Amino acid sequence: MYEIIEGFVEAIRLIVTLDPDVMAIAARSVIISLTATVLATLFAVPLGAAIYFGTFRGRKGLINLIQTLYALPTVVVGLLIFLLISRVGPFGSLRLLFTPTAMVIAQTVLILPIMTGLTISALSGVDPVLRDTLRSLGATRLQFLVNIMKEARFAILAAVAIGFGRAISEVGAAILVGGNIMASSFASSTRVLTTAISLETSMGNISESIALGIVLLIIALGVNLAITTVQHR
Amino acid sequence: MQRRTLFAVAAVMVALLLICGCTGTTSDPTPAEKQQLRIATTTSLYDTKLLERLTPIFEEEYNAEVLIVSAGTGKAIEYGQRGDVDVLMVHDRVREDAFLADGYGVNRRVFAYNYFVIVGPESDPAGIKGMQPEAAFTAIREKGMAGTPGVVFVSRGDNSGTHSKEKAIWKGAGFNYSADVQGSGDWYQEAGTGMGATLEMANEKQAYTLSDIGTYLAYKGDLDLVTLVDEGDILLNIYCAMQINPAKYPDINSTVAKDWVNFMISDDVQKEIASFGVDQYGRPLFYAAQDDWEKIGVPQAEVKDPIA
Repeated sequence: MYEIIEGFVEAIRLIVTLDPDVMAIAARSVIISLTATVLATLFAVPLGAAIYFGTFRGRKGLINLIQTLYALPTVVVGLLIFLLISRVGPFGSLRLLFTPTAMVIAQTVLILPIMTGLTISALSGVDPVLRDTLRSLGATRLQFLVNIMKEARFAILAAVAIGFGRAISEVGAAILVGGNIMASSFASSTRVLTTAISLETSMGNISESIALGIVLLIIALGVNLAITTVQHR
Repeated sequence: MQRRTLFAVAAVMVALLLICGCTGTTSDPTPAEKQQLRIATTTSLYDTKLLERLTPIFEEEYNAEVLIVSAGTGKAIEYGQRGDVDVLMVHDRVREDAFLADGYGVNRRVFAYNYFVIVGPESDPAGIKGMQPEAAFTAIREKGMAGTPGVVFVSRGDNSGTHSKEKAIWKGAGFNYSADVQGSGDWYQEAGTGMGATLEMANEKQAYTLSDIGTYLAYKGDLDLVTLVDEGDILLNIYCAMQINPAKYPDINSTVAKDWVNFMISDDVQKEIASFGVDQYGRPLFYAAQDDWEKIGVPQAEVKDPIA
């Protein structure tokens, strides 16, 4: 119990004093996961819309597959990306392994299914009356699409928030393709909040771990507040 | 209509893919002038913070940036085989020999050594204190198999150098590791993690474990485990650095890799290693290999001769 209290006190000290190491790790986490979320959004929303509006064979199966991939373990994604970008892998010449770019790629792949699936759900949740109204008013295909998407935007925003949450909280892929490197320059380092927590805990530095955990939650809170604000506007 | 929409969506996605591709390359974090050196290291050199002490000196001297991936020796060797790093720093002579023989590594240099220790709870329920390592392992296994309360052995279980050493001790004690030890009962537990984490786990369970002395000393303040066995030839622990073979992976950073290996056996760094940890732990965590090649049984060239 004493350990936990001590951890919290240390955590508050590290956060209040803006400890440079902790801040750099937190900033790196946000940059990597936010980039991954933006990339995944750019793929997932159009893809989700295409699947939702599309009529093609195997559509149901595809949706099932996407939903199954919600449970994709982060280490499996990490392993897959590792094998692809390791030097002997097909993209080895790009030398991406152990770089932040590799982590962005892995996190993008990781959250793509859940964001695509939730986009489909968001569109399915649109009131059918709106669809009928739009059709009966003779909306063009584009007008139809724009209006449905507009109606579903809050639910799509929620999908983005969930994607970001999964990206910033995962550790399996980050450690496999990033390597948890603490280099002298910010851009070459791949230590993020989750991998740092994992390392600090294994080294017995419990208070640092708690501090980093609290920082992670503060970031999540900030993102949620931002999204709620947008939703209520 | 349907088809056209789909086509439009597909077109947008391709466009996005291209944009992402471009931004991906521009954000590539490679500093222009600095050479990057990638090292895969055994956890003990990292967890003791020895490398944290040495890298800034190297970076300053060679205008390089050192990127360290800390893994067990097994994983480090895997990274080396795949050409994902430029230098390996490991401690498993047998597997190193195989790695060199297979042509993956070149220019091995030994820079430090210390000893493994068997640590455990002060109460020592298996009564191994002061035994030879092989006899101690036999006693732990015997008591563990008999279900003596409190007799648990936590193994690294991760194919690391320490795990290899543990297997060698079991073998030396006359046991077949996979048949007689692994999975032979609740007394033997595999952690599957680094040295520090394994020590934490052994501490939590008040169990026995095999550790390199460096990591044990670095963690000692947080542990209730004591050294029970620290004498026996088999406990010798030799650390080396080697280059990944540039003939195998031509675009590897072999110049700076060579600089690193030579740096590790340089007089200054050898002095640094010999004194590392003395102020904090009252004794060194590692011994410099420089003048002790005979004692630890490695060729003089591996300790003394810089790579040309």
